[in-house]
Amino acid sequence: MDRIPILRMGPFLLVTIQVDLYDRLALTLESDLVQMVNKTGARGVLIDISAVEIVDSFMGRIIGNIASMSKILDAETVVVGMQPAVAITLIELGLPLKGVYTALNVERGMQLLRSMIDLDEDQDEDEETDE
Amino acid sequence: MMVISLSKDVMRIIKDQDVVPFRNRVKEKATKIKMGLVNQTKLITAASELVRNMLKYGNGGEIVIEVVSRGRENGVRLTFKDKGPGIADISLAMKDGYSTGKSLGLGLPGTKRLVSEFDLKSEVGKGTTVMIIKWANG
Amino acid sequence: MSLSISKILQKRKSSVLEKWIQNQLSDEGLRDDLISNDELRASSEELVDILATNLNDTNIEDANSEDFEPVLEIIAGISLTRARQGFSPRETGLFVMGLKDAILSVLQEEMQEDPTSLFRESMKMIKLMDNFSIITFETFIKGREEVILRQTDEIAEISTPVIRVWDGILALPIIGTLDSARTQVVMENLLQEIVQTGSSLAILDISGVPAVDSLVAQHIIKTVSATRLMGAECIISGIRPEIAQTVVHLGIDLSTIITKATLASALKYAFSILKLEVRKTQKEKTTLL
Repeated sequence: MDRIPILRMGPFLLVTIQVDLYDRLALTLESDLVQMVNKTGARGVLIDISAVEIVDSFMGRIIGNIASMSKILDAETVVVGMQPAVAITLIELGLPLKGVYTALNVERGMQLLRSMIDLDEDQDEDEETDE
Repeated sequence: MMVISLSKDVMRIIKDQDVVPFRNRVKEKATKIKMGLVNQTKLITAASELVRNMLKYGNGGEIVIEVVSRGRENGVRLTFKDKGPGIADISLAMKDGYSTGKSLGLGLPGTKRLVSEFDLKSEVGKGTTVMIIKWANG
Repeated sequence: MSLSISKILQKRKSSVLEKWIQNQLSDEGLRDDLISNDELRASSEELVDILATNLNDTNIEDANSEDFEPVLEIIAGISLTRARQGFSPRETGLFVMGLKDAILSVLQEEMQEDPTSLFRESMKMIKLMDNFSIITFETFIKGREEVILRQTDEIAEISTPVIRVWDGILALPIIGTLDSARTQVVMENLLQEIVQTGSSLAILDISGVPAVDSLVAQHIIKTVSATRLMGAECIISGIRPEIAQTVVHLGIDLSTIITKATLASALKYAFSILKLEVRKTQKEKTTLL
């Protein structure tokens, strides 16, 4: 069965979606990712959708689910690299992906995650790596 | 003005995996009539929503994919036919935020906003037919 | 029937052409500033030629007959070029109608002895030529419409320039009314530019938008939401006091959007987000001291 690979990068998980998602694949990704967050204790999830041409309400819901589920497991989710056409379509469809953080690309997404997590950790340990 | 059909394909959708080839076929047609990227995305997203509805409520069905023209405009027309339970109250189904399934409830009205023309016919117990047209620059 | 129009036309082609050109040249409204006599003669000759070749006794009563396709093509071509050259519809229409007059007068000469057939054949010819005139007008208007459409596209294109005001900051001044077609162009250009430049901030300046009603506000909100989905932030600037008033009176909620009165203050805000600082340099005037 097809699976979307989930990469571990330090405290974060990176998922790059490069194939057309049909429903079962998306659902598998959802459960895989949540399992993985739990197993690795990841603090952030980056979902790169720069190669995705279509996000419909089902996909939107999966992304929203991943964000909410990760949040419960204490990890933030950032969706990165959404194509302009996809963004316009989602807005027209009435699906603004509330509660999901977004960033222009993986690098910015990583920065965003760091800044969010650093805020929590600044109190106990003062080791700021970037900037 | 008259809408003339230039080419016609029929696809049967029975299972989940049929959706991706169907989307590709729609994309192919849209590219052929030089539809812009944003409009293409809107059309395919709308098609995706409708085919999903068809699978969920109508147990699959048949889709007619056509390239149509009206005057100097070209467009893609999709007709989704299922033999499902049908929709009892169409005006209610077209209201933002309404859903019988466990989705976000923006399926039909959201889809309508994405396309140039939208027509829904349904008979309880017989099935539902949805027709959409997206003009290349509409 | 010994004398049919098609045969007469074949036989007297040159005199039809002469008469027609005479008619055109004697017309006071002849636009010799727009078209030379040679050109006029050439296009007239072509049309008479092709009509004489394609007309026969059966298709004369059916202007939609496929036989006339080459004729219609030429008529369409002529009216299209004329529309672009700046002829008025009247002038273009008279061109085709002039041919009718020429044919009818030749017909009269040929059929003098037989008034009944003259009348019958003339009626047929008039009907056919009237159909051609209608087509002339239709194509003429279509030609004009094309010009208008092209201009509309051009206006939409040039009226939404995306300016890179700073590394990572884009500005988009909107001038004129924001309707849904224009919003689409604005949104597409802005989002495309955000991706290309990797800018995380965009300023949408609406000081040139004459009025903001709920529809325009909705378009603005859509643009901002789409920008956010891409992972950038959008600031709205150039909100005049009247606009602030109408927005509140209409009960439009802009609270989720960052709004600034001027482009300058929006830029200042953008700098603060990017942790940039603009300072006056302390010039050391060593040379003077």
